[in-house]
Amino acid sequence: MIRQDFNRIDPKRRNTVDYRKKQFADPSYKETQYPHSLSFYAAPPTADITLEQFEQWAIDRLHVLAELEACSFRNKSSAETALHMKPLLDKYLPLDTNSSSSQVFAQRQKDHYSHFILRLAFCSTKDMRQRFSRVETMLFRLRFNADDTRERNAFIGSLNLDWETVSDEEKRQYAAELMATVVSSFGKKTHQSIDDETFCKIDWMRVPDLVESRKVFLRAGKAYVPSKEQQSLVVTEFTARLEKALELTARARPDLDEDDRLSPILDHLSKSFVAPDSKYAGDSAIEGAEITARNIDNLAQHFPMCMSHTHRTLRRDGHLKHFGRLQYTLFLKGIGLSLDECLTFWRQGLKKKTEDEFNKEYRYNVRHVYGDVGGDSNRRGGGYSPFSCQKILTEHAPGAGEAHGCPYRHFNMESLAGLLQASGVNDRAVLQGVKEDKDKQKFHLACNRVFEHVHRNELKRAKDDGVMTAAQLEMIVHPNEYFKRSFLLKNMGKVSQSQRDGGGGDVKIEE
Amino acid sequence: MPHSVSPVTEASPPPAIEMDEPAVADTAQQPIGDDIAMTDAVAIADAPQAEEVVEDRDAEKGEKKETSGIKLEDLFTGDSDEDDEFPNAPAKKEAANSPNEPSSPSEFDFDPSELTASDPALLRSFYQRLFPWRYLFQWLNHSPTPTLDFEHREFVFTLPNEAWMRYQSYRSSDLLRKDVLRLMPTRIDIGPVYSTNPRERKMLQNVAGFRPLSKELCFDIDLTDYDDIRTCCDKANICNKCWQFMTMAVKVITAVLRDDFGFKHIMWVYSGRRGIHAWVSDRTARNMDDSKRRVIAGYLEVITGGAQSGKRVNLRRPLHPHLVRSLDILKGHFQEDVLEAQDPWRSSDRAEKLLQLLPDISLRDTLRKKWDSSPGRSSSSKWADIDAVAKTSAGKNFDAKALLEAKQDIVLEYTYPRLDINVSKKLNHLLKSPFVIHPGTGRVCVPIDTRKFEDFDPLSVPTLQSLIREIDAWVEPEVKAEKPVQDWEKTSLKPYIDYFRSYVNTLMKDERGVKVKRERDDEGDSMELW
Ligand SMILES: [Zn+2]
Repeated sequence: MIRQDFNRIDPKRRNTVDYRKKQFADPSYKETQYPHSLSFYAAPPTADITLEQFEQWAIDRLHVLAELEACSFRNKSSAETALHMKPLLDKYLPLDTNSSSSQVFAQRQKDHYSHFILRLAFCSTKDMRQRFSRVETMLFRLRFNADDTRERNAFIGSLNLDWETVSDEEKRQYAAELMATVVSSFGKKTHQSIDDETFCKIDWMRVPDLVESRKVFLRAGKAYVPSKEQQSLVVTEFTARLEKALELTARARPDLDEDDRLSPILDHLSKSFVAPDSKYAGDSAIEGAEITARNIDNLAQHFPMCMSHTHRTLRRDGHLKHFGRLQYTLFLKGIGLSLDECLTFWRQGLKKKTEDEFNKEYRYNVRHVYGDVGGDSNRRGGGYSPFSCQKILTEHAPGAGEAHGCPYRHFNMESLAGLLQASGVNDRAVLQGVKEDKDKQKFHLACNRVFEHVHRNELKRAKDDGVMTAAQLEMIVHPNEYFKRSFLLKNMGKVSQSQRDGGGGDVKIEE
Repeated sequence: MPHSVSPVTEASPPPAIEMDEPAVADTAQQPIGDDIAMTDAVAIADAPQAEEVVEDRDAEKGEKKETSGIKLEDLFTGDSDEDDEFPNAPAKKEAANSPNEPSSPSEFDFDPSELTASDPALLRSFYQRLFPWRYLFQWLNHSPTPTLDFEHREFVFTLPNEAWMRYQSYRSSDLLRKDVLRLMPTRIDIGPVYSTNPRERKMLQNVAGFRPLSKELCFDIDLTDYDDIRTCCDKANICNKCWQFMTMAVKVITAVLRDDFGFKHIMWVYSGRRGIHAWVSDRTARNMDDSKRRVIAGYLEVITGGAQSGKRVNLRRPLHPHLVRSLDILKGHFQEDVLEAQDPWRSSDRAEKLLQLLPDISLRDTLRKKWDSSPGRSSSSKWADIDAVAKTSAGKNFDAKALLEAKQDIVLEYTYPRLDINVSKKLNHLLKSPFVIHPGTGRVCVPIDTRKFEDFDPLSVPTLQSLIREIDAWVEPEVKAEKPVQDWEKTSLKPYIDYFRSYVNTLMKDERGVKVKRERDDEGDSMELW
């Protein structure tokens, strides 16, 4: 389907494969071989597949990637993630070792093609590329750890990574030194003898982290990296190469858009790359909460920083720019504000607009968002879903005069500290923690840190009383979840038990 | 160092702002990358302002001097002719010997012993007649003929009025020498090599065009950081007992740099009072960016926290091979130079500090009782008591491994090098040049031959005053040398300059090898090495 340079699709190519013809017509495009289950995806696919396969394989891979991303947002450990992902991988993207299955070729071909299709779908913006390479790296790491040791070593050997394997003789010479670097994190020796471990020798500057933390033996400028640490080396290399390749794909992508059969599929794929956590059921009216236009000012105390910033800006300026209105309307929809109340809210909030202007320019948009007007699919789907943190963090960074986005990401530290203090967060340790999170680009952590600080008394009480379920203590990755949890915590005792247990119309995280 | 710029680590919360304050919205458009960079930018902008003022003043001077023109021969004198190292000295000598001069016993019109180290007349003689300009040039230039390594190198002068001149740069050792004689700085610091000539940085349109490219990897160790474990002296004072901490540090760090990182060109320099500096000149070391320097600093760092922070060594087991080797090096010193020479736990309140570092409560109690009953018991005995008591009175649950590890940690806490790590982490950190005079002690900042480090006595390092006296007292031998004798050869500075010269020669030779090899690689092995 896709030629070697991966930027041209033969417009006359058939939808089905004609192996014989292909083989003889162009011997350079001979069938790709897959000697290893793991892959750096160095060469693009060359054989033809059907359009149906093209789409289905991509969707299957996307499903896996989205779930992996969700695991990372929920701060799952690598063991928990592996456990969680196992059935999904078996279903959508199985990858057996050489000896264990007769399906290896088909599995690896699907893995190979789906990776390249998604490269095309996600190469257009920097944010998308970063996100894609992040999740693909997660997938690679997961598979790398799960792979059979012998096959993994064979794979590493095939990469030409410019490593020198430490000879047995040299291993014996530095046996004591090398032994000291192969211990588990519990301080227990993982090996009885140095013969059980393989080491590679590499310039120390290639593994700065391992050197700085004294996890490798160092001699004459070479680091002796044990196999368990080779993972980080291989993974780093994987990411570096993928990022480079994605840049190249991005430059070549416009040529591909000539093919009118692929563009819509790719377009659809890139739009549907929403993590499962970002779907938020709109019908989550909280019992006991008065969700009305006139009560929004009061409810704003439960808003996360992103929404309380939009709310304040609206109250201050009597206006919000397009993306601010969109982000905020969807959030309000998510907390259970009805369409009528929402229209009332905006009518009153957009102070500078006349009745006429409002009806002409704004009313329709709000109704559209609620699925009250628009195309068939919009109305059937109930309009748009509230934005997840992921979406707010990565799409449409706010420009001049715009008030949407995530303050933890899009504000500088000074403004962020100002906003937090204006919201009553004055604790030095918390502000310092937020700064560190921000510096490390852990915006979720910063937001959750503030949540925990603001609700520290209620959280303590809830934990002491045992009324919080485990799900309710997980990391918040959606502004509406923030609101819901905040409201329930602050109104503990006033809200019915079923709400707290996550029953009834609770926030539903789609699996 | 006053000018070391460290990024803001603590966010001091800005004053609370009103809900309607527009600042939040207006500054919200910063893209993420800029946010982080901005903290650094602020830190840099906060760097000493006076420096800019001084530097401006100097820029004018510099321009004036430039217009006077640079003679071609100035560029090469001192670099082509070995005997021309100190061109003024022989002339003066001649004058002194001429019959027209008064037959004073001194060729100076002053008595050096009555003058202090910062006396301009003494200092001028030193810069003029003793300072090894040529070797300093070669050391920084890595080649006998001037390269950008020298021409774009920043020198920083501290003037007698304490003013500070940054971003000085020179095209030859002689131009540097002349400017030093003109300005008479009391201190000279060496900065990095920049991407453009530091003097021309303001002519650049693009600020990013001026950035530090390379500098020696440096280390700075100061005895004041040992105040909580040395008993003989404190603050700026030193003696041969506490100097042993420097010997230990040099041994441990040299082993790391040589054996582990594979660096070859490591020079240690006495800082003139109570510390030492190391300069690593290998090309790979010079070209390291800050992140690589931080890695080496982290690899070396063992002692954490301040003197008040309790147990300062907390290492993972099994010990990393470099720490095993360090312990081997330090064990002997611990017995001799710490337990015996410093006797750090003789008093009972100091012994309490030792007890707090031991893992077992009942062991601590037994030892405390024992030591309370024999006041003034020596540290060596107390150290031996630990094992003896553990053997006889330990219960079944006593963890011998934990005790051994605690004792290893204690040995390291009392012997392992304590680095001023910020000097090592930053490519653009300034460090005092070798061979300048320490204004307080008058001692020369001499390089130390590591092979003979144990013989080095900081208290007998030549001082400015003693050196001038030595030139004076020098008597020409009966049999005349073939070459005229240089002033420095008449003094006790000679062994240090000899060492420096041979060190620099080795460095240049290696550097030449690297260059030739690279050229050869480029030409696809078509050329013979020599
Ligand atoms: Zn002392």
